[in-house]
Amino acid sequence: MEFKLKIWRQKDARSQGRFVDYSITGVTGNMSFLEMLDYLNKTLIEKGDDPVAYEHDCREGICGSCALYINGRAHGPADEIATCEVRMRLFKDGETIVVEPWRAKSFPVIKDLIADRQALDKIMQAGGFISVNAGSAPEANSIPVSRESADDAFDAAICIGCGACVAACKNSSAMLFVAAKVSHLALLPQGRKEARKRALAMVAKMDELGFGSCTNTTACETECPKGISMTHIARLNREFLLSGFQT
Amino acid sequence: MGSFINASIGKKFLVSISGLFLISFLAVHLTVNLFLLAGQESYNLVAHFMATDRVISFLEPMLAVGFLLHIAYSVILTISNQKARPQKFAEVDTSRSSSWPSQNMFVLGGLILAFLVLHLSNFWYVMQFGEMDYIMYDGIAVKDAYTLVTGKFVIWYHVLAYVAGAVFLGFHLLHGFQSSFLTLGLYNKKWRRRLEIIGILYTIFIAAGFSLIPLYFLIGHYAG
Repeated sequence: MEFKLKIWRQKDARSQGRFVDYSITGVTGNMSFLEMLDYLNKTLIEKGDDPVAYEHDCREGICGSCALYINGRAHGPADEIATCEVRMRLFKDGETIVVEPWRAKSFPVIKDLIADRQALDKIMQAGGFISVNAGSAPEANSIPVSRESADDAFDAAICIGCGACVAACKNSSAMLFVAAKVSHLALLPQGRKEARKRALAMVAKMDELGFGSCTNTTACETECPKGISMTHIARLNREFLLSGFQT
Repeated sequence: MGSFINASIGKKFLVSISGLFLISFLAVHLTVNLFLLAGQESYNLVAHFMATDRVISFLEPMLAVGFLLHIAYSVILTISNQKARPQKFAEVDTSRSSSWPSQNMFVLGGLILAFLVLHLSNFWYVMQFGEMDYIMYDGIAVKDAYTLVTGKFVIWYHVLAYVAGAVFLGFHLLHGFQSSFLTLGLYNKKWRRRLEIIGILYTIFIAAGFSLIPLYFLIGHYAG
């Protein structure tokens, strides 16, 4: 397969970026998108050019490092997979592929396709934890958790914090991310106690960091590589709106 | 209270709750309009009731407050949302991920506001401050709102404006209805589909109702 690539190149955070066109041949359908980029980078290095910088780690859709906006969609053309799981057979032979980094005020681009996503860590530090005395691991069944709660909490806990929700949102809102974290902890007895306080603190931090507000377009839900549901946003709203009634 | 109203969700709450108030007002408004089909006397008496009833007189300024809150906080949120992405994506494909109305609520809201200005100057202003004919029903002098309204509904460009207003409103409600409930947290796996369906049915009722009444009079006028 062969492709025309339009890739965002930017020297560093202070530089003005621009799209650079590349042609690539000899790609196979079974290559992942990142392998295709590695292949491109090999040719760039051989020519003495600067390779395209992008983030990656596990390459199996669980770490949330890879974060590319491909042909107008976060994590590319398929649903519920991360960029690393995108295979080149999803594209038409000869297609032009536009590759951009996540774009948001809170995610400054630091080089080529890498956006600084530390803002998500700062939101976690504001409340994405439970306050317990950390001793030895407690007996597993000492706190009973219903099957339903465990399943619902897990559906939220699978958030890998990649920031696709922010990229997919026309308002660059991090609501789905915050909602997943708040939901995950609020559904379990250990996190229930601080649920409303947590919602208040994490939303305040999200607003402070310059993320937009949610207008319920559901774009985040579709583009989320883990398929996290809008119903978690509803739970976050409930926790927030009731935070004044915290006992 | 300060931290509530300063937070994005606090502002969203006000947009949502005022939106639901406006949504419920639409049902009352359309119900009154349906009396146009029952004839001159029925409509004039209902219009007279709406103009003189104490509860309605109390709710009228509340409605203005509802509109102002809805518009003011939508503008505030939209401005901060625009600032959240200074550098836009070169290519955006939302065809699979979100509905067209949900992406264009602010534009639709602006179009509805433009229609509202026209609508208030056509009817509300004239009924409140303009010269109106009176008709006696059982010894009570009642403003002839029927003639004012149906007089406009036989002119094609007025009807076109009213149908367009109903269509903009319909698209706005298609997202706004369920979105209001989601913002209030009144939304879960079970209610998601139900709210979608109720929202679609309500939208059809409102948009079809408001556009078919002027069309009925226009067609009636030309069909003799």
